Amino acid sequence: MAGENRSLDDRVGLLAPYRVLDLTDNSGWLCGRILGDLGADVVKIEPPGGDPGRRGGPFYRDDPDPAKSLAWFAYNANKRGITLALDTGPGQRLLRRLAQRADFLIESSPPGYLDARNLGYRALREANLRLVFTSITPFGQSGPYAHYRASDLIAMAMSGFMSLVGEPGRPPLRVSLPQAAMWTGMHAAAGTLIAHHYREATGRGQHVDVSIQASVLWALANAPANWSLLREDLHRGGSRIVGRSMTGARMRAIYRCRDGHINFIFYGGEAGKRSNEAMVQWMAELNEAPEWLRQKDWGAFNVASSGQEEIDQLERPFVEFLSRRTKAEFAAESLKRGILGYPVADVRDIRDDPQLEARDFWQPVKHPELDATITYPGAFARFSAPACRIARRAPGIGEHNDEIYGMELGLSDDELQTLRQGGIV
Amino acid sequence: MNVEGPPAAPPPKALEGVKVAEFAVFAAGPMVGKHLGEHGATVVRVESRTRPDGFRVHYPPYKDNIPGLNRTGTFAIFNDSKLGITLNLKHPEGVGIAKRLVAWADVLIENFVPGVMARNGLSYEAVREINPSIIYLSSCNMGQTGPKASQRGFGSQLTSQSGFTYLTGEPDGEPMLLFGPYIDFVAVGFGLVAVLAALDDRRRTGRGQHIDLSQYETGLQFLAPALLDHEVNGRIMSRMGNRSPEAAPHGAYPCRGQDRWCAIAVCTEEEWRNCCRAAGHPEWAEDARFASGAARRAHADELDALIGAWTSRLTPEETMETLQAVGVRAGMVNRLSDLFADPQLGHRRIWRELPHAELERFHYIAPPYILSETPAELRPSPLLGEHNGYVYRKILGLPDREVERLIANGVIE
Repeated sequence: MAGENRSLDDRVGLLAPYRVLDLTDNSGWLCGRILGDLGADVVKIEPPGGDPGRRGGPFYRDDPDPAKSLAWFAYNANKRGITLALDTGPGQRLLRRLAQRADFLIESSPPGYLDARNLGYRALREANLRLVFTSITPFGQSGPYAHYRASDLIAMAMSGFMSLVGEPGRPPLRVSLPQAAMWTGMHAAAGTLIAHHYREATGRGQHVDVSIQASVLWALANAPANWSLLREDLHRGGSRIVGRSMTGARMRAIYRCRDGHINFIFYGGEAGKRSNEAMVQWMAELNEAPEWLRQKDWGAFNVASSGQEEIDQLERPFVEFLSRRTKAEFAAESLKRGILGYPVADVRDIRDDPQLEARDFWQPVKHPELDATITYPGAFARFSAPACRIARRAPGIGEHNDEIYGMELGLSDDELQTLRQGGIV
Repeated sequence: MNVEGPPAAPPPKALEGVKVAEFAVFAAGPMVGKHLGEHGATVVRVESRTRPDGFRVHYPPYKDNIPGLNRTGTFAIFNDSKLGITLNLKHPEGVGIAKRLVAWADVLIENFVPGVMARNGLSYEAVREINPSIIYLSSCNMGQTGPKASQRGFGSQLTSQSGFTYLTGEPDGEPMLLFGPYIDFVAVGFGLVAVLAALDDRRRTGRGQHIDLSQYETGLQFLAPALLDHEVNGRIMSRMGNRSPEAAPHGAYPCRGQDRWCAIAVCTEEEWRNCCRAAGHPEWAEDARFASGAARRAHADELDALIGAWTSRLTPEETMETLQAVGVRAGMVNRLSDLFADPQLGHRRIWRELPHAELERFHYIAPPYILSETPAELRPSPLLGEHNGYVYRKILGLPDREVERLIANGVIE
């Protein structure tokens, strides 16, 4: 199977023996990226001319060139890239040949698209009973919305996420950087590996049907429990936490500071008590803690039963105190004193965080085609061995056509030339 | 069914035989176990009665608004499909019992502040002595190393350190909270993937694994394009409400009813013409202000006002159906109540309403992936110590008298 014809003999990684065919668009890129990070041999298959997702910004040096999309770079590293026209007979035959030798296939076409080309799960299973075939669509392969169209915004709305985010009385909000595809790619990788576990035990592959709408559901945390138990809708609280008190009280968590904002909360329980006391101690050292706050018995403070009046009264001295601090001051003092909270960081704050530096998180990746080295966010986890890291930058359009069609599938130069002329690759 | 036959055998379980010991609290650790359990792994959640999971104690919602260790939905929702036992790790005999569980397990999951497991005698090094091929997942805010490793924190705040809060809100307004510990669930997905990959590697090589998962670093995977944009363009991406640099109209539009909304995303010229026709305003498509994507983005305020005036006369369902019928991306902003009535989530059996001794019935959540041969099967979350008898006697094989002695001595709490 995928163990043959390795072009990279030095590849290591937890999933090194396996070959993945990645036919996804940007709604599924992350899935293949994760499998590639874990050492699998991931082959990204793009239509001739390139994946349409390459047209999305931001771009390298703001040059809107499909070869310079930063989202493409980010989520297609650790993949090789080939082109293939699936609307043509020869293209379909080539995909079947590739699928015979693959362990995984990931795709994100509308339900029925691949079936109509005799490339769906049923057809490819005939050729390879072991194949784990993962389909990513907005709502799933079947059901009343299966043919609805979606985008990041639509998925964030229909998952319920947006109903819980934003100022009361103003429009519900998404995160400005698309998130739905992230949740989906990550869950798709998990579902794919669960099916893999079963395949390795039984020799049987299966179809993994991933829904983008359902993938975002976990971004709602425990909120659905409110409906299940109490038949209550929660309403978005802006910069305040909702759903923590039985009285319906909302608790401020975003505080303005001198150079931005801080996320701090006075919690209950043992962890909250220690943190609240440490915060008041810091305020007291700067003579900014009112007497009543210094006397406060945090052991008796229970968030779940607190009313709005008590919460509002409690937050006032914190609002004043934090308005005179900076993000960096809070980051340093909260670490030193054990206060629960973090600055509301922007990308520069994150890039400058000494914690990430100390952990060697950032990884320089060479882009010879740009004559540049770009520093990427690094591995999602550290393993005792082998390392999970970026071993290759994202491929150019058709960059590995010769390597994969020629050296691995054994097509002759003439055959490849014919395919090129026919617009197949 | 018109043919009576023998009852069908239950479908096989993908992770049957995988054994998991969970020393974990709140969401980031326990949810990994839940996902393994729903596909058939045997997951044993170890809890303390003297210091129960915070989600059992001070986290609503409670059944009938009456607090109780087995009455909170917040514990239930993250802990289905596993067995629950109590064990006092502060008792001198506690660690010995824990080690028997660890010897049994293929996977150990913990999400304490670095150092806590070591103080309880259960560091990776100690556990490896007993079980060299164990897959040991450590998930914490900042990772096991570095100057901030020991910093305590909750996901609701870490979500801000990780950049998500800064990127949420109106351009001229405050950053907005995401609901709950958003980042915890990112760490859950990556933790699950890491464990599954390590299991495969172990099957082939016999090698165990310590996985150091920084929740912060997992969150940054979701932010990579913004981090690269800063790296190569020096730009600090900021919040822009619901606007998009690539589509217009693009937003949540008010609909008929109290706080009802429908999201609309128009990405191409064809979609825009279809949107105008469906709204009964073909003249919008002729308006020079809206003649191209760039023009619509430049006049987004006027555009949003026109679209909003149209949607305000419709329910969110009507808006969604009208636009989807002509191929325009539209979706209602589902409230919690809408999610439970959503026909698509219903079709996928996302909500699994199961009986529970104190919650009566509770809706557990099935995973977003459906495996054709080995579908997920959810089981109710455990009451505190519910499976002590089964786990201590059947799994660990302790004699009845020994179990009674451990209970009497407060080791099994």
